[in-house]
Amino acid sequence: MALLQISEPGMSAAPHQHRLAVGIDLGTTNSLIATVRSGMSTVLQDDFGHALLPSVVRYMPNGDIVVGHEAQAHQSEDPVNTVISVKRFMGRNLNDITNKAHIPYRFVEGADAATTRSLQLQTRAGLKTPVEISAEILKTLKARAEKSLGGELVGAVITVPAYFDDAQRQATKDAARLAGLNVLRLLNEPTAAAVAYGLDNAAEGTFVIYDLGGGTFDVSILRLSKGVFEVLATNGDAALGGDDFDHRIYCWVLDQVRAATDNFAPLTEEDTRLLLTKARQAKEWLTDNFEAQIVCRLGNGILVDVTLTAPQLVEVTEHLVSKTLSPTRKAMRDAKLSIEDINGVVLVGGATRMPHIRHAVQEYFQQEPLTNLDPDKVVALGAAIQANILAGNKSDDDLLLLDVTPLSLGLETMGGLVEKVIHRNSTLPIARAQEFTTYKDGQTAMSVHVVQGERDLVSDCRSLARFELRGIPPMAAGAARIRVTFTVDADGLLSVSAREQSTGIEAHIAVKPSYGLTEDEITNMLKASFNSAEEDKKARMLAEARVDAGAIIGSISAALAADGNLISPEEVKAIEAEIQKLQQLAAAEDATAIHQAVDALNHATEAFAAARMDASVSRALAGKHLENLDL
Amino acid sequence: MAITLTETAASRVEKFLANRGKGVGLRLGVKTTGCSGMAYTLEFVDEMQPEDVAFESHGVKVIIDPKSLVYLDGTELDFTKEGLNEGFKFNNPNVKDECGCGESFTV
Repeated sequence: MALLQISEPGMSAAPHQHRLAVGIDLGTTNSLIATVRSGMSTVLQDDFGHALLPSVVRYMPNGDIVVGHEAQAHQSEDPVNTVISVKRFMGRNLNDITNKAHIPYRFVEGADAATTRSLQLQTRAGLKTPVEISAEILKTLKARAEKSLGGELVGAVITVPAYFDDAQRQATKDAARLAGLNVLRLLNEPTAAAVAYGLDNAAEGTFVIYDLGGGTFDVSILRLSKGVFEVLATNGDAALGGDDFDHRIYCWVLDQVRAATDNFAPLTEEDTRLLLTKARQAKEWLTDNFEAQIVCRLGNGILVDVTLTAPQLVEVTEHLVSKTLSPTRKAMRDAKLSIEDINGVVLVGGATRMPHIRHAVQEYFQQEPLTNLDPDKVVALGAAIQANILAGNKSDDDLLLLDVTPLSLGLETMGGLVEKVIHRNSTLPIARAQEFTTYKDGQTAMSVHVVQGERDLVSDCRSLARFELRGIPPMAAGAARIRVTFTVDADGLLSVSAREQSTGIEAHIAVKPSYGLTEDEITNMLKASFNSAEEDKKARMLAEARVDAGAIIGSISAALAADGNLISPEEVKAIEAEIQKLQQLAAAEDATAIHQAVDALNHATEAFAAARMDASVSRALAGKHLENLDL
Repeated sequence: MAITLTETAASRVEKFLANRGKGVGLRLGVKTTGCSGMAYTLEFVDEMQPEDVAFESHGVKVIIDPKSLVYLDGTELDFTKEGLNEGFKFNNPNVKDECGCGESFTV
């Protein structure tokens, strides 16, 4: 018979209509799946009792796909067909991958380069996108959940790093869809960790989530107010994690062995793997013990037998610990907070079990971090709690988790300038509209170019999408009213629509950006925007002056063509000379000079403007009786 | 007669109640829906109703409304694992027939 779980009062499901929902931590190194059973969030295990599923996918010669521990075991013997850390490639194109030399995979730029730009990996099973590979991990987790819960899942909450951009979030959603999962929501990992600790039950507070995973370090500062989490700042190091600690121990062991041995032969790949495993075991052992013995025999016959003490571990990995503190300090600075403002610190990631990391965090924040939940599971547990609420299994205190946009979103205006529509750190979901107009008389189409970034010039920002609004009725420049609406949904995905107000014609685009941005790029873009504030201001002034110049030259040339006969040829020549002067200056870099030339041109055309005014008045009055005039 | 919990079920309920942080006990009930007549319900209780009947089993308060009691009297609630799945199971002596999955039943 079916096994039942305890529901909230009045929330019992009808038979066969259990709203089974899961939270998934789709990690770089390991992935987990959790659910809420009888009101309690629990991580689901596989048949062997493993909670962690290594995020490793192997394409087998016989066409099978193996995911997890079994795939991980063959990682070094079949590197090209065994994909690890696929999360790093989600929503990226080839240009985003920097250290290609260190990655064994054969990358191929997406065939459909114009639209998807997603990179692909050449495996023996053919070309695979990161989305497809991630979907395999999700499928494995989904199967585990359905076996454990005895039914179909109604949906899942999947966690993503707080700094994931639109492309990376969209790729994660696509992977879930491919795995047959209904995504209830994407949730920021630090927010999930905070939820797992029930920090959302507090009225308000500011929390730090310190997440040291296998290969990545992320620190996030969250503010909770009125039941809503806001990400104040994120920072981190994409190439720092528990594995680096293993590597440091490994190097230390080698140093010891080399010092004690003559003619130390180079290590084989197998030796390296063995020593790294031993190093990891020693690291884990030292969490609860004072010393760890590392004993093994290498391929060249040398016996390794060294003892690593806790203080020695601290010594050899000290610089790694301090490497986590500098992004932490930066995040605090970004959020404009001081230590006293922090109400709680949550530790996430297996590496935070190390006592000296806890100690360093405690010392920096002057308070004991929260550690009573398993740091490997905390993100999945929080995601499951959120999934349970979103699936409708809880009536009261629905929490709505808000995230923020990591960078400003805007569009290109004349002169290559950016008009920001949604500012950085706006809470999601959000919709903002702004009115734009045409630049030229009779303009019937407008190109909307959506960009992301903090700089003033389009060329310094990331281009996300372009579309055209056509069928604008011909009007004088500046008369059309085009309302452009930017909407970012709760998952952080952007759609943009443009609507001409008088005719109601519309065009819109759901932005599936061609690029992903790394956290470093975001940080660099932010930094650049601060460092180049002055430069940006100058560039903006110059661009604006050029737009002004272009507009006045256009309208005066049109007027000369139409009514040039109203003034003497000398006057026409004088005006044309001013126009030429302005054109030359507009091509140069001096905004002030352009402004002066615009003024000079205005001045030079005063007589012409007056003559045109007279002419048009007399045209309007010609042949009419006084009483027929609308005065 | 009464409603009872097995020891395993009782310790689980206690754990879930503690994790939830509030609630006075466990409510068993039946709903007249389902593929073959009645369906079991299992809920946390924050507030008892005046007509409710309460039993005590291994230190856990089991609460049931009189209408449901007619169908459930004598039931023992167990907590079991079946493969990777785990949960509560009704051992109800009143059942004459149940649907394939056991989620609903007739008396």
